[in-house]
Amino acid sequence: MNPKYRLYYPRWYRKRIPIFWWLQKRSHAAFMGRELTAVFVAYAAIMLMVLVLAMDRGQAAFAEMMDWLGTPAVVVAHVLVLCILLFHTITWLNLAPMAIVVKLGDRKVPAAAVLIGHYAAWVACTGVVAWLLIWR
Amino acid sequence: MAETLTKPETVTLEVFRYRPELESEPTFDSFEVPYHPEWMILDALNYIKDDLDGSLSYRWACRMGVCGSCGMLANGQPVLTCATYLESLLPGPIRIEPLEGFPVIRDLVGDIGDFMGKLSEVKAWLIRDEEKPVEEGEYLQTPSQLDDYKQYSMCINCMLCYSACPIYRLEPEFIGPAAIALAQRYNMDSRDEGAEQRMDVLSQHHGIWDCTLVGECTEVCPKNVDPAGAIQRYKVSATLDYFKSLLMPGSSS
Amino acid sequence: MRRSREPIIWALFGGGGMASALFMPVLILVLFIAMPLGWVQGVQGAPFAELQALVRHPLTRLGLFVFISLCWFHWAHRFRYTLYDGLQLSHLNELVAVMTYGIAIAGTVVGAVLLWGVG
Repeated sequence: MNPKYRLYYPRWYRKRIPIFWWLQKRSHAAFMGRELTAVFVAYAAIMLMVLVLAMDRGQAAFAEMMDWLGTPAVVVAHVLVLCILLFHTITWLNLAPMAIVVKLGDRKVPAAAVLIGHYAAWVACTGVVAWLLIWR
Repeated sequence: MAETLTKPETVTLEVFRYRPELESEPTFDSFEVPYHPEWMILDALNYIKDDLDGSLSYRWACRMGVCGSCGMLANGQPVLTCATYLESLLPGPIRIEPLEGFPVIRDLVGDIGDFMGKLSEVKAWLIRDEEKPVEEGEYLQTPSQLDDYKQYSMCINCMLCYSACPIYRLEPEFIGPAAIALAQRYNMDSRDEGAEQRMDVLSQHHGIWDCTLVGECTEVCPKNVDPAGAIQRYKVSATLDYFKSLLMPGSSS
Repeated sequence: MRRSREPIIWALFGGGGMASALFMPVLILVLFIAMPLGWVQGVQGAPFAELQALVRHPLTRLGLFVFISLCWFHWAHRFRYTLYDGLQLSHLNELVAVMTYGIAIAGTVVGAVLLWGVG
């Protein structure tokens, strides 16, 4: 029956959903936390752009930005941001086997293989970027 | 042999009551039920109805976890009452409420008409362009083809997943976990030819796209159907299908 | 019944989620923690010039642009649903969609201007 017809059954009891329903259960709060990591992804994107801008303005501007980034409060803040983004990475990669189910011929690729493949990709990407930024 | 753990004589059940002919708001009634280590919640409810309060209303049937009738909340968790030991919820009191997401008609009985309608909407049956005549024999399927959809065929329509899904509570028009898992059960069945028809329903905004992968549905499913997985896989295949039709107009999936 | 156009933005969300999951932690660690703290060269002298050359390389510009844009659309889609579910604003659905995707488009444009408009 279409939910819109519920109006015509006034004696049925419908519980109201509180705005902060997601604070009432730990798993729901964790879910909301996971979704809010996207805000920090946007923050990181903005900061990358600011860094590129500073870099384009020359060494002095870049050094100034690095100095600001090096102040204790900012370092602590970015360590927190790093932890939040790691939470995003880990929850995202852990959900990959749920969405990606492939068959090779007659056999399903085991979920563990999909998971390990994703983590291996993460290690590889981390390695490449680190090498490019530090040693190249 | 001395008993090292003393088991209680009785357990208290706090049961949600809603009697629209008497009151406009629900209440909780407290019942003292004898404790037996082999009793399920359903046994306690049956004891209440038989010996304490015959007016208690609730659904149950097979009492062995295959019919999907007896889903309720025990201490806030959606469970099959015929498959949950009282022992696991000691020391009590144990709070029994109807499943969330469904309007309550009376006591522990919710209206599930919405779900039944959605089962029809997703066309949860085999669809073929042309039926094979009986003389040509059965449709054959390899074990591998059965494996493709078997997990999703285990659904007993108990609706614990709908109770667990916060999105369904917020958006009652959302098609919901079990309906999508059952649609997938038929989409992935090699005998079925109705994937295109189901996609029309599932690609609507209140089809799969309301889902934000909370994942509670898979956690509570008593049959390990993994509806969350079914939904995510459908998002991927619907997206691939969409781009295929964009890039190659006229090709059918 | 017309099918929703959600697959396009879901693909962007998925791409952004995967890209940010794979690349953001190391970028934050190196550029915003290790370099400012001096654990890694990149501020004084020759290493800065190399870093600048790396960023100005056309492939880097393109990669960064795609990456930034995907991150914006990932945020937009996820935040949109967070507003629907967390604050029960789904009745404002057009407004929320325009706001979130609008910001994502703006972020993408700013990214393009910064990466190709300077230097």
